[in-house]
Amino acid sequence: MDKSKKTHNIILYGIGGQGTLKASEICAQAAFLEGYHVKKSEVHGMAQRGGSVESHLRFGKVVYSPIIPEFQADVLVCFYEGEHKRLKHFLKKGGIDLISYLPKAHKFLKGNNRYLNTFMLGVLSCYMPISKHCWLEAIDIVFAGKFTKENKDIFLQARKIGGER
Amino acid sequence: MIKSGKTLKNSIFLSGNEALAQGAYEAGLKVAAAYPGTPSSEILEYLAGFNEIDSQWSVNEKAAFEVAFGAAIGGMRSLYVSKHVGVNVTMDGLMTSAYIGVNAGFVIVTSDDPGLHSSQNEQDNRLIARMANIPLLEPSSPAEAKVFIKKAFELSERLDVPVMLRLTTRISHTKENVVIGKRVEVPQKKFEINPKKYVMVPNNAFARHIDLKKRLQKAEKISQSTPLNKVEIRDKKLGIITSSVSYLYAREMLPDVSILKLGMSYPLPVQKIRDFAKKVKAVFVLEELEPFLEDAIKAAGIKIKAKHFSWQVGELRPEYIDAILKGKPRKVAKSLTRKPVMCPGCLHRPVFTVLRKLKAVVAGDIGCYTLGALPPLGSLHTCLCMGAGITMFDGLKRANVKNVVGVIGDSTFVHSGITGLINAVYNKQKGLVIILDNSIAAMTGGQPHPATGITIKKEKTHKLDLRQICIASGVDNVDEIDPFQFKQLEALIKRRMSQDSLSVIIARFPCRIISRKKAPRPLYIKENCKKCNICLSIDCPAITADSEGWIQINKDLCTGCNLCVEVCPFDSLRKNNG
Repeated sequence: MDKSKKTHNIILYGIGGQGTLKASEICAQAAFLEGYHVKKSEVHGMAQRGGSVESHLRFGKVVYSPIIPEFQADVLVCFYEGEHKRLKHFLKKGGIDLISYLPKAHKFLKGNNRYLNTFMLGVLSCYMPISKHCWLEAIDIVFAGKFTKENKDIFLQARKIGGER
Repeated sequence: MIKSGKTLKNSIFLSGNEALAQGAYEAGLKVAAAYPGTPSSEILEYLAGFNEIDSQWSVNEKAAFEVAFGAAIGGMRSLYVSKHVGVNVTMDGLMTSAYIGVNAGFVIVTSDDPGLHSSQNEQDNRLIARMANIPLLEPSSPAEAKVFIKKAFELSERLDVPVMLRLTTRISHTKENVVIGKRVEVPQKKFEINPKKYVMVPNNAFARHIDLKKRLQKAEKISQSTPLNKVEIRDKKLGIITSSVSYLYAREMLPDVSILKLGMSYPLPVQKIRDFAKKVKAVFVLEELEPFLEDAIKAAGIKIKAKHFSWQVGELRPEYIDAILKGKPRKVAKSLTRKPVMCPGCLHRPVFTVLRKLKAVVAGDIGCYTLGALPPLGSLHTCLCMGAGITMFDGLKRANVKNVVGVIGDSTFVHSGITGLINAVYNKQKGLVIILDNSIAAMTGGQPHPATGITIKKEKTHKLDLRQICIASGVDNVDEIDPFQFKQLEALIKRRMSQDSLSVIIARFPCRIISRKKAPRPLYIKENCKKCNICLSIDCPAITADSEGWIQINKDLCTGCNLCVEVCPFDSLRKNNG
């Protein structure tokens, strides 16, 4: 756990139906289980499928604003190439953009895109001050028994690809 | 009942809506009523999980308000919930409920939508609290929502008045660590016959109006002393007076400034504001939307600065704070978000495809089908409010606009379409109204309603028969049709539009998000394809063209509805019988 005063800022975004919000919820639950103050903000727009989706996730000792100010995101996790540009300017100087993992994810999943969110989460986990057991417990909580084992497998493999430390 | 996740140091990870519901539960809430609407819907869904609470999706907000208010008068702590525009529907009852006051506590929860993420306007309901003379609480976060709802019930009982609690999208749909506690049962209060308090005829109401003003004076005293209105003195160069989520933006961006945070923002604690202003060199009022605090503080003769008027539109964000404090106007950036689109296999798509073909002028309503307004379908031409799909159809026809058709969803029809339909029959209107029946309130997340025969607690109840309602209202022709029977649908709409009678077509097919039924995707016969793009014009997310213009059907998205097969003129798309 990071005991400094730093607030960790992550934006997860994509299009409706990709599991963006689920991925964000898992990350949020993992940070919560680690003991952080967590805020996660998202907007439920008009389109159920195919519309723009974004989730702002922040955790640290104390978090104020529910949304991340421009130029302050530490990490961008984009699930859809076509949307990447839209929020790129939120990334701070020297921040981490996981877009380069998207082609790797597609290659790894061989078209089985239902696990795209879990794969990207595995990569994201390598950059977060959150213990592995909290991630796995968060997957249990959010998937609630539905394909939990499959998702954990993908998560752990993606974690290796992401350069687990 | 805890829905999501684990309890850690007595706290769980909850959204603002869930936190508010949890707080209401702990406060001994017994009756809750609402009509679903983003961003407020999850409050009642969370409450419905508690056996101790009588929760309901009401037919509309008016019904919800009056049921909940009646229960409060009957002696039980009660709650009304809706989105900001939903409160408009309650206004007849709301305004007079302030005169009556309460018996047990009664709280009105409004979830406003600054920035119009999913609404037809961005009205600021703080003005309704002022108009109705009822106290207003504004939490800034989920954790505060849980605390404030308890205070709201206490205030309501202490002051004998309904209390409004205002959330916004950024509070309702933010999740954070929320400390939870145990429910405290509140004994029921006895209902006593008391016409002077409960029967609002002119003489009684006049006396209650005088009394309301006295109650409001009492509320102002509480506003001066309540810890909900909190002074935080830091650097004294600048003091910010703020409320709601704007407080968090100020804390985020200006950690050193002094702040007067107004958790109870009506009636205003004028003396507290005066004292605060004396302690700092300059005062800036920071608030979203209307100049609600600004106007009142200025009227009290306190010298303040406030945002440029252009910021009265749209939601605030932390990165705007600097420009706002400098008095700069708002720059409106072009939105890069994707065009929202109906789901693959949605029943609205065939109906709008026909209406476009027939060049109908379509009076629309509020629901997923409002998306029919966007190109390339572009076949919905008005959208005002719930129920107006029928009443504006009626008005447009009276103005001799040709080819007018009204469309309305099933839940919306029950909400406020029925009165419009009876009105049309009574006043001898002719023409065609289509009820788009996906058997759910889809856009708000899939809630049941009277025509589904299921309650919020997932219990069976009487299923309202839409056809019988139309017949009983006196409609000449009532048809029910599966809109994916495309040719029949087209013929039927054409026929009914041309007749000199009043017709209702109920186009019925269950929402795909809820039913998730799929058939095989159509076969693409490339040799037959002339790249005419008619299949693309139905705006199905499952159909795209590749770089050479050949059609691709996405196997993950396609539901096998075969509308593209129906519209293809060259037999290039064929039904796949598996």
